[in-house]
Amino acid sequence: MTFRRLAAVAATFMTLLSAPLAGAADAPKEIKIATEGAYAPWNFTNAEGKLDGLEIELANDLCARMKIKCTIVAQNWDGLIPSLTVGKFDVIMASMFITPKRLETIDFTQPYAVDPSGFAVAKNSDLGKLGISKEKFKLEDEAASKAAIEKLKPLLKGKVVGVQSGTTNLDFLKKYFADTVEIREYKTTEQHDLDLAAGRVDALFAQQTALAATLAKPEFADYTIAGPGFVGGVFGLGTGAGLRKEDKALKDMFNKAIDAAIADGTIKRISEKWVHTDVTPVK
Amino acid sequence: MIDPGFFLEIIPKLLAGLPLTLELAGTSVLLGFGLALVLALAQQGERTYAVLPIRIFVAIFRGTPLLVQIFLIYYGLGQFRPALQSVGLWWLFREPYWCAIIALTLNTGAYGSEILRGAIRNVPRGLSEAALALGLNRFRTMRLVVLPLALRQALPAYSNEIILMVKGTSLASIITLTEVTGIAQELISQTYRAIEVFIAAGAIYLILNFLIVRGLTLLEARLTPYRQR
Repeated sequence: MTFRRLAAVAATFMTLLSAPLAGAADAPKEIKIATEGAYAPWNFTNAEGKLDGLEIELANDLCARMKIKCTIVAQNWDGLIPSLTVGKFDVIMASMFITPKRLETIDFTQPYAVDPSGFAVAKNSDLGKLGISKEKFKLEDEAASKAAIEKLKPLLKGKVVGVQSGTTNLDFLKKYFADTVEIREYKTTEQHDLDLAAGRVDALFAQQTALAATLAKPEFADYTIAGPGFVGGVFGLGTGAGLRKEDKALKDMFNKAIDAAIADGTIKRISEKWVHTDVTPVK
Repeated sequence: MIDPGFFLEIIPKLLAGLPLTLELAGTSVLLGFGLALVLALAQQGERTYAVLPIRIFVAIFRGTPLLVQIFLIYYGLGQFRPALQSVGLWWLFREPYWCAIIALTLNTGAYGSEILRGAIRNVPRGLSEAALALGLNRFRTMRLVVLPLALRQALPAYSNEIILMVKGTSLASIITLTEVTGIAQELISQTYRAIEVFIAAGAIYLILNFLIVRGLTLLEARLTPYRQR
């Protein structure tokens, strides 16, 4: 192959790679929603091998309200945003927090849930003795949240903390605890759960509802959620559905459906069923 | 979409994972070569009690994906902590680094032993018979005559295996080790630009393997001057 022909082939490839995706201008009739399928109880694969959880039930409810046909597929956490932008599916509902960093690449609906993040540790550890606290700190309220973080630091000094990579939970640890703990990154929360049970990590940092679901399993009888929960700041505005920036019509449809699901108490009902607490965002 | 400035930004970050990649590959290739040599030699006697367990070990480690092996050694054995603690091996299996080294070493040991076994068998019988006739015992025949020839012959096939190991280290990222591929995945989750990051990571492996192949080709040329034209 001559160099010129090679260059032509390469140029074709580049064009293919950078070709703009056909944006759906009109309201779609049929969409594909992606979830992670490994973040119980928000989204997971149940014993029958089917996707299940709070977000699956909510997605089906929202689709029924919008009167469109939805297919729900599972996709690795790492690949969710890249796959959305190249058009493998149309919506992400995977307990993804709405953050400024993600908003640079994709768009989000309004939040459909707000859920604080916190630590899980052994009951007999320094932090574990504190026990679970109902306190919630908004990271925007710097004085109060800083005081809460400084209180946790000595209890976690030198501990190994497992966290899922590519999450705002990791961003939080890096920002506030990098000098205190050893951070170990996992592809899925199921994997850091295994390592907590095996004693390879001393603590987990994740959404408190997800931790509660993990700790409900018998092998975690000696573990507890400890310390307060954190929201806002690096965690963004809450959990929303991710969409491509050009899909404005779809975003409007989702926002209306979420409004309706908040107004008639559907989100409260679904969240109490799955995470035993009300995660409905307060407007 | 492809932006040269972005490459300049990510390549130094990816290179930060190179020492760990090299460490994992280097350690497992060296330990694996030792294991391969022992396994290949142990099969020379053709005694069933020695050969059969080795054949089973080789069949298992060649017949299953490296990804599965790493998962089983790390997460699988992690479930047997009390047993491992009671035999005093937990310190080893607790660390993702050592689990990766163990998995990679066993894997390359299994493949390598087959390469070496074949190479030893391909040394003409007449040579070892001549050595025995000269009064060398079996150990010295192996060490002075058969092995030097066999290792030289095995080099091209073994260099293949070394390259596979360098690439195999990329799987260590699934057990929390942030080598080059692990950092690549982290960068993707920060920037969502999978194409550029993976092109840069791929280029790092390509250059690394190119250097390894060059080095091994030079070594081969040194060891077989009679083949030079």
